[in-house]
Amino acid sequence: MQIGRVIGNVVCTIKTPSLSGRTLLLVQPLDRRGRDKGRPLVALDSVGAGAGETIYWCRGREAGFPFLPAEVPTEATIVGIVDTISISA
Amino acid sequence: MLIARVIGNVVATQKAPSHEGQKLLVVQPLQLDGSDRGEPVLAVDAVDAGAGDRVLLSMDGFSAMTAVDRPHSPIDMAVIGVIDTVDLPDGP
Repeated sequence: MQIGRVIGNVVCTIKTPSLSGRTLLLVQPLDRRGRDKGRPLVALDSVGAGAGETIYWCRGREAGFPFLPAEVPTEATIVGIVDTISISA
Repeated sequence: MLIARVIGNVVATQKAPSHEGQKLLVVQPLQLDGSDRGEPVLAVDAVDAGAGDRVLLSMDGFSAMTAVDRPHSPIDMAVIGVIDTVDLPDGP
């Protein structure tokens, strides 16, 4: 998983039926100091995240598992809202 | 798998139900010479690793899920070993 921040959302009227009712969010990946790092991506939301929140997302085939038994075509899904990050080493 | 170092952890209250009870580690992948390899990632802990430990990081979903016994979970990375030594006779 990777840590990022929700910076916006994406609305699609025309989309594959299994995406209907799902929220598409724009995620900015963050580095270890919480600064923007790399380019934003679009991720599906499974936890009710909103703009400005620090989240973590899962990529790949596993990104569809929060929606089981529905088979949802996603390669990136937000699976947690971060309360605290402690970097100690 | 990659060699990585545990540098911290993350607390999340609101998360995928299958992540409940799992420790989430912030893990920095390493080059063979010990320097950082890209940005840190978040991995579930299958071996009770702690900050500072050099660990084996699986970056494949199936192996990660299997390691923590949570099939069909949105887990794409797991810490699956604590490394004692790495032998590299010819150097990095």
